[in-house]
Amino acid sequence: MRHLLSINNLSASDAIGILDTATELARINDGQVKKLPTLRGRTIVNLFAEDSTRTRISFEAAAKRLSADVINFSAKGSSLSKGESLKDTAQTLQAMGADAVVIRHSASGAAQRLADLEWMSGSVINAGDGTHEHPSQALLDAFTIRKHLGKGASDLKGLRIAIVGDVLHSRVARSNVLLLSMLGADVVLVAPPTLLPVGVESWPATISYDFDSVIPNVDAIMMLRVQQERMSDLFFPNSREYSRYFGLNSERMSAMARHAIVMHPGPMNRGLEIAADVADSARSVIVEQVTNGVNVRMAILYVLLAGGPLEVGSN
Amino acid sequence: MSVALSAQDISRALTRISHEILEKNHGSSEITVLGIPTRGAHLAARIAAIMSSIEGKEIAHGTLDITLYRDDLRLRAPRAIMPTSIPPIGIQGRDVILIDDVLYSGRTIRAALDALGEVGRPRTVQLAVLVDRGHRQLPIRADFVGKNLPTSEKQSVRVSLTEIDGVDEVVIEGEAN
Repeated sequence: MRHLLSINNLSASDAIGILDTATELARINDGQVKKLPTLRGRTIVNLFAEDSTRTRISFEAAAKRLSADVINFSAKGSSLSKGESLKDTAQTLQAMGADAVVIRHSASGAAQRLADLEWMSGSVINAGDGTHEHPSQALLDAFTIRKHLGKGASDLKGLRIAIVGDVLHSRVARSNVLLLSMLGADVVLVAPPTLLPVGVESWPATISYDFDSVIPNVDAIMMLRVQQERMSDLFFPNSREYSRYFGLNSERMSAMARHAIVMHPGPMNRGLEIAADVADSARSVIVEQVTNGVNVRMAILYVLLAGGPLEVGSN
Repeated sequence: MSVALSAQDISRALTRISHEILEKNHGSSEITVLGIPTRGAHLAARIAAIMSSIEGKEIAHGTLDITLYRDDLRLRAPRAIMPTSIPPIGIQGRDVILIDDVLYSGRTIRAALDALGEVGRPRTVQLAVLVDRGHRQLPIRADFVGKNLPTSEKQSVRVSLTEIDGVDEVVIEGEAN
């Protein structure tokens, strides 16, 4: 494996391999060892052409724990804001000897383009491209679900997971539907019809418009952020109505199965898609998702970068 | 292909090594046994069990994965990371006995010393191996050896253990020279 662009390029065994590696790394990170020499001398560039807190810091922490050198590069304050093309930026990074580029971009397919056109010889890791995919987030969500609900199994067979909210604009939802279903889980999407993308019926998931009927039957509820910055139209009448039908409040939480968990990829709109007391409740694994994110991203960097040139080109 | 050690040979070698470790360290009270996965971890469990039965008390033992510390990671496809489990008593100030199946280039042990350094500072680190096949690339030697097997670099030494392979056996594969 050379790049991580989409869940579609992963096999179930690739994904389980990454989750297993993350499990071992988590055990190491929980102990005294915080720094490993594995990627010493490698350079990883965080190319963030769109705002991010969690993902960028998480990749940076992951790379640093593996002793890689990290260069952070954001659109604001770089030549990207002067209108430099992705190609010129990529060639600059190549000239600096980047072994991997972690790219976040508002255009769907930006990571794929960076990888396909061979502008640079390093690995490309998609850290979110437009409304397309966010594979590392899906892997960390699968890791979190497996850890809490997996009962020691390597995959997610038999688990039921609801993904609720703004599916239309969510790259997290798309990657999660692909990955969770590949690992054997049953995924149900819950959203108002206006927030479901065209062609969603071909996704490996069932669809429901009635949140309350889904809640008691699932093992995990993943709430999605309402992405107001991507909304140019009116998708629901007002935020109070949205919360009433699709928000997770404490009353709905009390209808969940006893073992079920609440997830959110962050950043949260407290009071809109998730109530503050739900986000801070004992069922919520939202903070733990962030911790798991570092371990999963370490595993991704390890799998993509630790091996030698033998593997290059076999993606 | 020739069988270098039979199941009985392996059993005798492990018993002898266990006695030698106890003799050299004047008993077991400060010993922590750490096996290098995969087969070294099983050997470590066996040696710890033999020492426990000799001494009549539990011997602290665990596993130490060294994959993330290897210097040859870039030479091949990424390897799976194996579990590391340090016993609760830790390694600080202890006599750590590292256990591996085959001692060859010495690079695994170099990586193991780096990995140990991240966990703590043992009083001593000693090395026990089932087979020493020579051809060292680093200044490393074993303190306890089950059997010295003269081999050529073209040959390979395959250690099978009942825990994973269903049989206890050490086999040399390939022709000498």
